[in-house]
Amino acid sequence: MFVALRDLRFARGRFALISSVIVLITILVGFLSGLAGGLAWQNVSGILALPFDKMVLAASDNGAATDFSSSSITQKQADTWAEAEGVTSATPVGITTSRAESESGEAAITIVGYGASPNQELSPEATVADIPRSIVLSTGAADALDAQIGDTVTIAGFKLLVSAVGDDWWYSHTPVAYTSLADWQDIAATQREGTIFATGVAVTGSPQWDQVASNTHTTAKGQLASLTAIPAFASEVGSLGMMIAMLFSISALVIGAFFTVWTIQRSGDIAILKALGAATRTLMKDALGQAGVVLATGVAVGVAAVIGVGAIVPAALPFLVSPLTTALPAALLVILGLAGAAVGVRSVTSVNPLSALGGAR
Amino acid sequence: MIEFSDVTLTYPDGSNRVTAVNQVSLTAVAGTVTCITGPSGSGKSSLLALGATLIQPDSGRILINGTDAGGLSTKDASALRREQVGIVFQQANLLPSLTALEQLTVMNELGTQGARARRPAAGRRATEILATVGLADQAHKRPHQLSGGQRQRINIARALMNRPSILLVDEPTSSLDQERGSQIIDIVLDLTASEGTSTLLVTHDTSHFARMERVVEMMDGRLVDTHARAARSAKSDET
Repeated sequence: MFVALRDLRFARGRFALISSVIVLITILVGFLSGLAGGLAWQNVSGILALPFDKMVLAASDNGAATDFSSSSITQKQADTWAEAEGVTSATPVGITTSRAESESGEAAITIVGYGASPNQELSPEATVADIPRSIVLSTGAADALDAQIGDTVTIAGFKLLVSAVGDDWWYSHTPVAYTSLADWQDIAATQREGTIFATGVAVTGSPQWDQVASNTHTTAKGQLASLTAIPAFASEVGSLGMMIAMLFSISALVIGAFFTVWTIQRSGDIAILKALGAATRTLMKDALGQAGVVLATGVAVGVAAVIGVGAIVPAALPFLVSPLTTALPAALLVILGLAGAAVGVRSVTSVNPLSALGGAR
Repeated sequence: MIEFSDVTLTYPDGSNRVTAVNQVSLTAVAGTVTCITGPSGSGKSSLLALGATLIQPDSGRILINGTDAGGLSTKDASALRREQVGIVFQQANLLPSLTALEQLTVMNELGTQGARARRPAAGRRATEILATVGLADQAHKRPHQLSGGQRQRINIARALMNRPSILLVDEPTSSLDQERGSQIIDIVLDLTASEGTSTLLVTHDTSHFARMERVVEMMDGRLVDTHARAARSAKSDET
């Protein structure tokens, strides 16, 4: 790094320029990641709050997985899963979106009916109380309805007592409220024809997943895979993810192009150093170290800007600042940038030291 | 000591090969300057490049302090140059981002390991040798802030930084006026004596021959004449 650090100081204008590009790309990636994270959170946090190893949904006629909006599980299917060898728990889950009204407001919320037992724990903060016709509101639902514990919320003509206000749970961009499966079935029955038991089954344990799924004409998906059964999540994250991937590619190409030109420009210096006895390994380490410093600096400034903006962004904007949306993209930018730089500086190995003899500089 | 024994080097030229160095045998001993002269294209710089292990001969043997430099890998040749061979380039070839002092201390950083531990000693050596070439007060200046003569002095100081036993000097006065050129030759002669290097000096400038221990002339890749100083002195006495 002896020459690399001095080059950085000496050619500070050029390195400031490429660092600025890296900062801007990092900010763009950070904003998109934060937005993707925020949108994802508003899609899936209500599902991730449920404890399960795999979510069982009904299979379509051709055996493919259905999504949460079209899946319908019968009691027989749920019972078969509950009785399957290796299953620790199999809790039916109902999901439906409905309008809710309180004394001071109304809003669309997603009602999640969870569990045969109304005492089933949802999170450390909230439980579905064993009071008939009760409901646990997420903070978003409580805000939208301007409701508090002890208030009454009306959904599809049923009056439900607010027994707790829990965490910031969302499903498909609507705030979530949890109730017992029985209450959910009553609400769902007003929206669909016929008897409906549940949307899916939250299963824990280690059964023969494929075998039981096949026997019950259902599908079982792990936590992350089950999220793709939320249509809005799959489409939003897919398109934003593609943009982020494009930015990663652009970043690697820009860094690679810069260091290719930079290495060509300093090939005379490299020839001199080689003629003086520099090991090729030392020169490669020097060049990559230089790229690493430029990348780390640019990415660090970019991430700091994203975190700063994340701290002041209005709460209504779905923007998530977490290691997943800052540290992970930052690490990927550095790794891909270094890969691009490695391609750029590989010509160090082919510089002929003989060109330093008799060369006019 | 560096010893060329029957060394031949050819270059490809289209479908033919050009002989740049033709069966040259030459030995440079410690503490002396061997001056190599000859017209352009006579093979002087090629001989220097062979001595610097930058190219391999087609045939013959080059011994550097007993090591056969002809069969070395690129890695080993680099290590040999780093540790035993100092090169003074025709142009100063200084790195623009480094100060005068750093042009010297960079020589400590070229290997693959141990640079950090050697830094204090390298700093002392760089300061000492910079003073020897009369540039102690220019230590923190960059190349663009120095004159051509000063840059060439740093070029020489850099070559001697790692205490090489072989010093290869390629036309160091070609871009300098007579007075500065003469000062540079003085420095090469003085440092050869004080550092005990086996020095090969390539130059066109005949005005410096009188001060050389030995002058050899090349023509079309061959050594055609070798003069000892005593012989030349005798010759000049006769005239």
